[in-house]
Amino acid sequence: MSTLTAGTPIAMKRPIYGWTIHDGLVVARRNLIQTVRVPELLFFSLVQPVIFVLLFAYVFGGAIPVPGDSDPNAYRQYLMPGIFGQTVAFAAASSTVGLAEDMHKGLIDRFRALPMAPPAVLIGRTLADAARQILVLFVLTITGFLVGWRIDNGLLNAIYAYALLLLFAYTVAWIGAWIGLYMPNPETANTAGLVWLFPMTFLSNAFVPLASLPTWLQYIAAWNPISALVLATRELFGNPTGMANDQYWPLQNPQLYTIVSCVVLIAIFSTLSVRRYRRTTSR
Amino acid sequence: MTSDIAVHAEGLVKHFGEVKALDGIDLTVRKGQVVGLLGPNGAGKTTTVRILSTLLKPTAGTATVAGFDVVKQPDDVRRAIGLTGQYAAVDEYLTGRENLRMFGDLYHLAPKYVKERSAELLEWFDLTDAADRPAKTYSGGMRRRLDLAASLVAHPSILFLDEPTTGLDPRSRLGLWGVIENLVKEGTTVLLTTQYLEEADQLAEDIVVIDHGKVIAHGTSEQLKDEIGGDRVEVTVADSGAVAGAVEALRQVSGADALVEDLRISAPVSGGPVGSQSPTCSCVAPRSMTSSCR
Repeated sequence: MSTLTAGTPIAMKRPIYGWTIHDGLVVARRNLIQTVRVPELLFFSLVQPVIFVLLFAYVFGGAIPVPGDSDPNAYRQYLMPGIFGQTVAFAAASSTVGLAEDMHKGLIDRFRALPMAPPAVLIGRTLADAARQILVLFVLTITGFLVGWRIDNGLLNAIYAYALLLLFAYTVAWIGAWIGLYMPNPETANTAGLVWLFPMTFLSNAFVPLASLPTWLQYIAAWNPISALVLATRELFGNPTGMANDQYWPLQNPQLYTIVSCVVLIAIFSTLSVRRYRRTTSR
Repeated sequence: MTSDIAVHAEGLVKHFGEVKALDGIDLTVRKGQVVGLLGPNGAGKTTTVRILSTLLKPTAGTATVAGFDVVKQPDDVRRAIGLTGQYAAVDEYLTGRENLRMFGDLYHLAPKYVKERSAELLEWFDLTDAADRPAKTYSGGMRRRLDLAASLVAHPSILFLDEPTTGLDPRSRLGLWGVIENLVKEGTTVLLTTQYLEEADQLAEDIVVIDHGKVIAHGTSEQLKDEIGGDRVEVTVADSGAVAGAVEALRQVSGADALVEDLRISAPVSGGPVGSQSPTCSCVAPRSMTSSCR
């Protein structure tokens, strides 16, 4: 056994974006490496939304008419942005489970005994979970093309639509992270991480036109940020929106409402999560 | 001289609800010293280490590590210490090298330094061949070595080792002891906890025995063996008339005063064959502490 020679540690220069972001990116890289190391998990997380596309396109599709469009292919055009929205929303579940697992492993103690920025574990988790959605959206887009979906409004608008979807993924990842911090164990996180996502994604215009819902549900669905997200992406992709002269403000200004609600939700849930993280880790 | 002190704790108290995990621990570790915190499960060893490494806040009392207050200056403490806990705290999906890189980055060390330091540590801990395999594929001993390597990335001057060899097979344990001895030779201050007197004896110059959250004995391993863990000769006599004679006989053997409890008389001996009387031999030690009866 030789002696160690690397000598006195050499410190790194402070990056312009600050240590909190730096540390968050280091943790995000760790989470993304994990994804690559468990290809099975990655594979099945891609299969699930693809199955949704096929089920809705071929099983429910014929039974759900799109108002103002008699084209038999219209539902698939209408469906794809809904699937995109639902899929990125489910990114929250991986944040819940991932963080619940992290919090119950010895690794979190080492993180806490390092001079790193405390929110970095949360920032790294949410960034990685949102980044993973890039691949998911890519696979879904290909699937969409195969079932007859088309982008009809130019590339720039499409890129804008994908950007909104990723912003939304990052937003729900923070909500998922916050839930994960309250979980007594990873098994509970598996259930609790999903349970709120079903009503959130189905009480919206993602799969059915708003007009088909009872009035009181229409009200809830209209203010559900996911409806605005899905409507905004439908418009940006040039797909049928299934609505005319909407009376609800969020659906009159879907892009604005999506961005505002994402910013507000990130502000709320990142604050709550960081506070909760500090409390659980400083007994 | 305060500058000579690496770790200093005074009156550390920690309550978890009703449970008093620590009930006033005083502890001093000088620079370059190896101190063993010895005690059974639940004695408060881990709680002490977690407070000193800023993972827990004490209910009462103060502690400084490397001259910094553990409650008021946690980041300064964290920069000075390395911590290896009871469970290997590495990411099992990352390779050994990726783990070390991640921790080096989180210590805000220059990437070039982290690269060299990681390669050197992997070599030193005999992990070079496994360096690019996920830690999941490592044996228990390899994980512990990687874990220890991870706490050394930033060249800490003070190292906390919480039961570093618990759960390891004898060979891995010897290997890890060798590594720790080498670190000490290089001048690292070490505070280690253990349930094994043997381990404390092997590694630590100074041993602090704790139980029920209190320090119950303190000294070098020789001193402790003489005081509490050492060999004692015990004789039981048939009637109280024989006590005085037995006390005198034991005093000649041990050179110390004998302890009389009814018809049982015992006295410490400092090793060597006891003589022809071949008395019963028993060990007096705090509960669960292993002790030898030569």
